[in-house]
Amino acid sequence: MNILVLGTGCAKCKSLEKITREVVAEMDLDAEVTKVEDIVEIMSFGVMTTPALVVDGKVVVKGRIPDKNELRHMLTK
Amino acid sequence: MKRLIRQKKTIWVIAGLLIVWALVYDYLEPLTNYLTYNLFGLEQGKRLTEAIRFFVFEFPKVLLLLTLIVFFVGIIRTFFSPERTRRALAGKTTFAGNVMASLLGIVTPFCSCSAIPLFLGFVEAGVPLGITFSFLIASPMINEIAVILLFGMFGWKVAVTYVVTGLVIAITAGWIIGRLHLEKWVEEWVYKTKMGDASDTEEKLSFSDRIPFGITAVKEIVGKVWIYVALGIAVGAGVHGYVPENFMAALMGKSAWYSVPLSILIGVPLYSNAARIIPIVSVLIEKGASLGTALAFMMAVIGLSLPEMIILRKVLKLPLIFTFVGIVSFGIMIVGFLFNLIF
Repeated sequence: MNILVLGTGCAKCKSLEKITREVVAEMDLDAEVTKVEDIVEIMSFGVMTTPALVVDGKVVVKGRIPDKNELRHMLTK
Repeated sequence: MKRLIRQKKTIWVIAGLLIVWALVYDYLEPLTNYLTYNLFGLEQGKRLTEAIRFFVFEFPKVLLLLTLIVFFVGIIRTFFSPERTRRALAGKTTFAGNVMASLLGIVTPFCSCSAIPLFLGFVEAGVPLGITFSFLIASPMINEIAVILLFGMFGWKVAVTYVVTGLVIAITAGWIIGRLHLEKWVEEWVYKTKMGDASDTEEKLSFSDRIPFGITAVKEIVGKVWIYVALGIAVGAGVHGYVPENFMAALMGKSAWYSVPLSILIGVPLYSNAARIIPIVSVLIEKGASLGTALAFMMAVIGLSLPEMIILRKVLKLPLIFTFVGIVSFGIMIVGFLFNLIF
């Protein structure tokens, strides 16, 4: 699984990255989590509100931080 | 099924809380009086007593209003994402587009850290530069926190005035920037940005799905802002009885014509949010600052800020930033003078 955390470095983006990594570790997923900070690259996903989460090329959440339960759900699909 | 029951429960809890809210708000004044005079046993009419009473009354009042509005605005905002606003504004012509952008600026969630993606997204969608600016001016300046604090501390007239004049500034300033055709002062790379399409990721939500967004907004915003409101009102309460009435009159009163441009000059580089600045402004007004001057100061602080300009420098060349700040400051100045004249 390929997970991207999109965010320019705001506080919310950092906390999304943190809980994503935590959930991946908890669920023992075979996933690579990468932080994308380049604004042009972020825009290429059609995202205008950070933070956003991209799982296998698909934007699953943007503009907010999901709670861990929701996140687990998003990563099992 | 389980989810449905939980949702129903949430709606009932919210309804119950609303009733409690209305009751507390309604009985706040007698409650405050009882608390200060009877329970604390403070002597009526004394300076210290009145200062304490002021705080015990104002702080919960403003906090109650804030919680309620932030909750509903949190829900309303789920209907307006920047992505949707961008689609709505694409291909709009001037003026009507400026009006629409300014109005959408009020309801679309915005923080200065997302100014760049917003700007890029708008330009890429073909939203004209002037219309983009109308949005960029209205969005930070007019927001629910500013409106509710103004309402709580000065009444609805001042709150409405602030919103209307803020809108007029955003519309006209954006319109002027559009007419000046300043596209050449936008960094070239901006026009090369390609934006992907994420319209299929738009979340479909039922109304009860949106309630948690209201709750999150309350936790996030009220949780962050309450301390500033408390501090501001505490300062206000302290100053209330002790600092002479017209302490600020010479510097920020009506008679001093230079007070409006001066307070804008001080206000523009300052960066603060509505929650921090409005309690301070209320102290200024109480101590003799005129409404127009105070309003201009507030708009300059909330609407224009150095950090935002530095962020925008990534996409705008310096002359355009100066033009933008110049036009908006000029608009704020007119508002300041006008209000000093009328009120």
